[in-house]
Amino acid sequence: MLNTFMVYVENKPGVLTRVASLFRRRAFNIDSLTVGRTEKPEVSRMTITVDADRDQARRIEANLYKLVNVLLVENITNQPAIIRDLALIRVAATHDARSHVLELASVFRARVVDVSAESLTIEITGAEDKIDGLLEVLRPYGVLEMVRTGIVAMRRGSKSADAASMTGSTAQGAADDDVSYSV
Amino acid sequence: MTDQKTAPTMSKAKTVTMTGASVLWECLEREGVKHVFGYPGGAILPAYDALKHSKIHHVLVRHEQGATHMADGFARASGQVGVAVATSGPGATNMVTGIATAMLDSSPIVCITGQVGSKLIGSDAFQETDITGVTLPITKHNYLVTHANEVARTIREAFYVARSGRPGPVLVDITKDAQQGTCEFDWEAAKPQLPGYRPDLSPAPKEYEQALELIHNSKRPVILAGHGIIISGAMREVRDFAERAGIPVALTLLGLGAFPASHPLNLGMMGMHGEAWVNHMIQEADLLLAFGMRFDDRVTGNLKNYAPNAKKIHIEIDPAEINKNVKVDVPLVGDLREVLLELLPHIESIDRSDWLDSIDRLKGASAVRDIQNLPDSGHLYAAHVINDLWHQTRDGNTIVVTDVGQHQMWEAQYYKHEHPRSLITSGGLGTMGFALPAAIGTKVACPEAEVWVVVGDGGFQMTMCELATLVQENLKIHIAIINNGYLGMVRQWQEFFYDRNYQATPLLNPDFAKLAEAYGIRSATVSERSEVVPAVQSARQHEGPMLINFKVEQEDTVYPMVAAGAALHDMIRRPSPIVETADDE
Repeated sequence: MLNTFMVYVENKPGVLTRVASLFRRRAFNIDSLTVGRTEKPEVSRMTITVDADRDQARRIEANLYKLVNVLLVENITNQPAIIRDLALIRVAATHDARSHVLELASVFRARVVDVSAESLTIEITGAEDKIDGLLEVLRPYGVLEMVRTGIVAMRRGSKSADAASMTGSTAQGAADDDVSYSV
Repeated sequence: MTDQKTAPTMSKAKTVTMTGASVLWECLEREGVKHVFGYPGGAILPAYDALKHSKIHHVLVRHEQGATHMADGFARASGQVGVAVATSGPGATNMVTGIATAMLDSSPIVCITGQVGSKLIGSDAFQETDITGVTLPITKHNYLVTHANEVARTIREAFYVARSGRPGPVLVDITKDAQQGTCEFDWEAAKPQLPGYRPDLSPAPKEYEQALELIHNSKRPVILAGHGIIISGAMREVRDFAERAGIPVALTLLGLGAFPASHPLNLGMMGMHGEAWVNHMIQEADLLLAFGMRFDDRVTGNLKNYAPNAKKIHIEIDPAEINKNVKVDVPLVGDLREVLLELLPHIESIDRSDWLDSIDRLKGASAVRDIQNLPDSGHLYAAHVINDLWHQTRDGNTIVVTDVGQHQMWEAQYYKHEHPRSLITSGGLGTMGFALPAAIGTKVACPEAEVWVVVGDGGFQMTMCELATLVQENLKIHIAIINNGYLGMVRQWQEFFYDRNYQATPLLNPDFAKLAEAYGIRSATVSERSEVVPAVQSARQHEGPMLINFKVEQEDTVYPMVAAGAALHDMIRRPSPIVETADDE
C-alpha cells in the first residue's frame, strides 16, 4: 500500500541526496517526493509517498532516523490529513470543444491559466484522485501536456510536530500502540 | 592551544586565529587522538605542513586502503576512534573498501580527506572526486568542509557521530582553501549541533515486562551473543545474565571473545561454519535472546525455517535492525549494557538442566569428526596450526587479527577467545587484505599486546605492501600465512557447488620467506606438524617481527558448512573414517 511520510530535515546542502539515496540503497521505490521550505528557515519538509507494507514502512521510518540530518518522521498514512497535489494540464480545445472543457474545469473547481487557439491550460489542486478524475474526463479531448508536483501534506486539527521541539529531546514514537523503536 | 607552536594571534579572550589545517590537528588532539594513519598528496598538503606543530604521531602507510584498515584495527582493539588521512581523488577513493568494512562491522573511524579548492569543485579539476557522494551510502555520516571556520565543529561532530550509538565511519572532506584559510578558533563555541541525531534510545517499560515474561516462561532459551556486547562493554552483564538465568550462549563471529570460550555455558560459534550442536540448539530453542547481533544471513541460514519454534527478543541499539531479517516478538532498542542492567534484577534463577544436558547429546559424535582427533596423515592442516598457536599463546595478552576465508573460519573454530577485542576480523564485508593493516592499527593501539596476523596466501598478497609500514614503525607483529596455494574458501565453494571446477583459484605464490627477508623481517617456512610449535616459540622469542609461511594441506575444507540458502540444521559434515554416526546426512 502507499504510505505517506512527512519528513522534517535540516535545511542543509545534500540532504535531499541522502534521503533519496537511502530509498535507493534499501530498495524502496519512491512514488512521489516533494521538498520545500517551512515556517522555520532552518527546517525543510519533505512529503514522501512510497509503496510499502507495514513492516517495510516501519523500517523506512527507522532508516530515515538514522540520517543525521533528519529531525522528525511522521507516517500519516492512517492519520486525518490534508493532502494536496497540483497539476497543470494542457488540453486540446478548439472552438467547438472549448465550452465543454471549461464546463468540466468548473465542475472540478479548476482554473484556466492559459488560452491559445488550439488549447486550454488548466491548473488544478486537490487530492490525487480528484486530479485523476479531471484527467479522465479531459482525455477524450486530447491531453497535450501534463505535469504534477507530487503531494504535500499536513495533519488535520492541531499543529503537526513542532520542528523546534524536535531538537534534543526525545521525540514521540510511532502514534500507534506498537513497539517504540521508531525513535 | 595558545602555546607557541601555532604562533597564534590573540584576538579575543577565548579565541585564537589559526589556519584550518592547524585547527584540524588541534581538534584531533583534543579528541584524544595520538596516532593517525595516512598518506600525503596535493590537496591535503596544507594539513601535512601543519602536522609538524602537532604532537600526533603519523604512521605513513603504503596504500590508503591500508590506512583505513589500520584505523579500523586501532578502533576495534582500543574502543577509541581510529583516524585515517588521505588526499583527494585516488587517495580518497582508495579508502572506499576500508570505509565499507568499518561500516558493516560498526567500527568507529574518522577519515580525513583533502579536496580541491572550493572554487574548483565541480570542474573535474586534477584529482577531484566527489568523495562525499561516493561514500554517502557507506558512511554513518560525511561532511564537505569549504571554510576554515567550519573545521572545528565538523571534527567534533564527526567524532561524536562515529563513536556514539551504533558506531561507524565518518568522512570529513576538507577543501585545500579551507585548510589554508584562517579563522578564529574557539573550541567551546564549536560544540556539535546535531538536532536530529539521537543515539541514546531506551525501551519502554512494557517492553521490559514482555521480555521478562518470555524469558521466565521459556524452557529452551539460547542467547545469541554479537559484536554489540563488546561495543557496549556488556561482557560482565551478559555473563551475569546467562549464569543467573541458566541460559547457554552461542556467539557470532564478531561476538567471539564477548563471552569466555571456557565458560560452561559457552556453546561456541553459530552459523554457516558454526559448530553443529550450536546450530541444532538454535533450531530446537523456544526462545532466542539476540544480544547486539543483527541476524546476518551467515548466522541464520534460510530464514524460512530459522529457529521455527522460538520466540525472539532482540536487544539492539539500531532501530533499523529490528525485524529487518527476522521478525522478532519483543524488540528492546537501546544500549545493550543499559538494557541488561535494567533486566538483571528481575531475572529469576530457573533450573534448565534438561536443556543444558542436551548440549552433550547434540555434540554427539562431533568430536570424532574433529580434524584434531583424526589419525595423523602426515599432512599439516590449518586447524593444527591454529590449535598449536592457541596453546602457545593462550596465557598471554594475545590479539589475533585474521583476514577473510578458510583460515578465518578455522581461527574462529580452534582459537578459543577468552577476552573481548582479542579477535579482530572483517565479518560483514568480508574484506580480503584486512589482516596485515588492521594488525598494524591493533599494535599501535595496544603496544603491550602480542599481535598475530593469521592470513591466507591470497589475502596477504592484497595488502602486503604494508610490510614496509610495519618495518618503518618498528612494530613487533607476527604473521602466520596459512598457505594452501589456493583461494581456499572459493575453491571450497567450487568443490561443493561447482563440480570441482577450480577456475581462477590456484595461486602461484612468491617465496614468502624471501619476501620477508627483503623487508628485513625474520621468516620461517613450516610444512610439518612437529615444526609448528618451535616456529611459534621462535617468533615469540624474537625481538622483532616474524613471518611464518605455514604450507598446509591444499584441499582441506571448512566443516561443518551450511550451504547458502540451506536451513541452519542442514550441515555438510567432515566425513569421519572412524565411525559412521546417525549424524551423517
